[in-house]
Amino acid sequence: MEFIQLFVSGLANGSVYGLIALGFVLIYKATEAVNFAQGDFMMFGAFITLWLTNTEYFGISFWLAAPLAMLAMGGLGYLLDVTIIRRMFGQSQTAVVILTIALGFVIRFVAGAIWGHEPQTLESPLAHGDLAVGGVVLGMADVTIIVVTALLTFFLFQFFKRTKLGLAMQASSQNQMAAYYMGIPVKRVQGLIWALSGVVAAVAGILFASKGAIDPNAGLLGIKAFAAAVIGGFGSLPGALVGGLIVGVIEPFAARFLPAGYSQIAPYALLLFVLIFRPHGLFSQVRTKKV
Amino acid sequence: MRIHFKTSYNHDIRLFEDRFTLLKYAVLLAFAISLPFLIGDFYLGETTNVLIWAIAGLGLMLLTGQTGQVSLGHAAFLALGCYINLILLDKGVPFIVSFPLAGVLTGVIGTIIAIPALRLHGIYLAIATMTLSILADDIIVLTEPWTGGVMGMFPPTIDIFGFEIERWTTPDRFYYLVLAVTVACTLFYRNLLRSPLGRAFAAVRDSEVSAAAMGVHISRTKMTAFGISCAITGLAGALMGYFSGMVNNETFSVVISIQLLMMIVIGGLGTIHGAFFGAFMVAFLPQGLSIAKDWVGSGSVAIPGLETGVFGMILILFILFEPQGIYGRWVKTRIWFELFPFARKDMFKRQKSYLKTERLR
Repeated sequence: MEFIQLFVSGLANGSVYGLIALGFVLIYKATEAVNFAQGDFMMFGAFITLWLTNTEYFGISFWLAAPLAMLAMGGLGYLLDVTIIRRMFGQSQTAVVILTIALGFVIRFVAGAIWGHEPQTLESPLAHGDLAVGGVVLGMADVTIIVVTALLTFFLFQFFKRTKLGLAMQASSQNQMAAYYMGIPVKRVQGLIWALSGVVAAVAGILFASKGAIDPNAGLLGIKAFAAAVIGGFGSLPGALVGGLIVGVIEPFAARFLPAGYSQIAPYALLLFVLIFRPHGLFSQVRTKKV
Repeated sequence: MRIHFKTSYNHDIRLFEDRFTLLKYAVLLAFAISLPFLIGDFYLGETTNVLIWAIAGLGLMLLTGQTGQVSLGHAAFLALGCYINLILLDKGVPFIVSFPLAGVLTGVIGTIIAIPALRLHGIYLAIATMTLSILADDIIVLTEPWTGGVMGMFPPTIDIFGFEIERWTTPDRFYYLVLAVTVACTLFYRNLLRSPLGRAFAAVRDSEVSAAAMGVHISRTKMTAFGISCAITGLAGALMGYFSGMVNNETFSVVISIQLLMMIVIGGLGTIHGAFFGAFMVAFLPQGLSIAKDWVGSGSVAIPGLETGVFGMILILFILFEPQGIYGRWVKTRIWFELFPFARKDMFKRQKSYLKTERLR
């Protein structure tokens, strides 16, 4: 029974990692860049929701605040692309990586300046209530997280596979110039994907904040989400989710069964193993062109 | 404007372009040597800090700027160098042996780590090295019998044949030690660039395919780059340990890794000057900020995250408007004056480029 309990709590944590990792993968899939600030996006989205919902700030209904926060984060993502990221168009990945690390610093600073550095709790209706299934007790928040993450992954996967815009996004990442030739407005497509990943970050932030307190450094969770994205294979949406779940499940088990000090190493050690033995992740997207 | 009419290959790869350049650097060195007589102990300490960061920057520059392999984990090698030096001293090895040995051992370990890392490209390498840096923190705690874990270690006074060097009581001697290491590393770096190995580094950075076609052994070159880079970084780490006076698992956090990478980007990737300019930036930013805060009148108010926030903003501005860093800006300004009034606006315009996926190869 303890086994199942650990497993389920791991699943819930892992879903949050998976959601942040989805944000990484979205941007990687469509722009070939990696957004190191995704964790900070999540933190910012959580804080906007908290700002709108909590009674000491605006105090509007959570169900109104959540979509508003998603909209705001989408707008922020688009704005960042138009003002900053787009100037890097065509430049190497490395430059964008360094740029987004810097962006993360700035976002963290701004959040700290607005909302302070004390941990705060979101007054979320998801935070209350338990679900007991045959002896295993599940928080309402955990159930919601798992369900929302699964749904979001499914829809995004379908979006990339079936819709015209999704295909355009994939095309513009694979070869920018060829995509232009095919009549795809590459820059606008990239703006849209940054907006979309902002929305996903907001969802992750809201769900994460429903589980516990947040502070401006919550964005550092992004590093674990990285592990998730890499384990799953950058560029694969289901991979991101699976990677997130693996990292999430490993954590409580490592904490329970490994000696203290070794447990927090586990996800990173796994990441290194995957990188060494399967450098492009479990759901590898790398194919060698046949001539 | 000086025109260099090169008549032979040896002419092309001379250490100093002409006598004037040689004179410039000789004056700079003389100035650096006379510095302890010119400024107080506090600023001497800060300058020492700049030099240590510059050595670390040179180490990373060799890997990232010269060979094009991005590492977000060099703090791990700083830590490695620092701890190897301290542990050797603990075992009774004299400083004159333990210090170079710390560099060499760090280089060897770096090369070993590079073997699996060689299979990784671009972003994956960055993530793998970042993971190393995160793990280093935990490993230092786990290997507590040697490293002192959270309690940390206190570097002893440096003793070279009875000549004692200590950061606080004899800051000028410590400064000279660091200066000597800096000059040695810089000369080594500069000479390396003239050698076939240095040319191979640049070839690997610019295009792996063409480098391989020219007969460069890609993975061996990358491994060598990793090794030398880690060795220089290890030396910097050992000095950093002495400078901070106390090291524990948090001294060399992943933030230091990121800061180191950002430093060389701000300074100017792929240039020796860049490492120094960047080091100035990193070391004097906290001072500059506190002076600015005094000036605004909120000197006593502590704003957490201000430093990294401002650092991030400066970095964003640099990447957007001056991707070649401070050194690039300096070169452009100089050339503008040298060519006056014939400098054209688009002389340094970046070539338009389009990105292709790395997933299909």
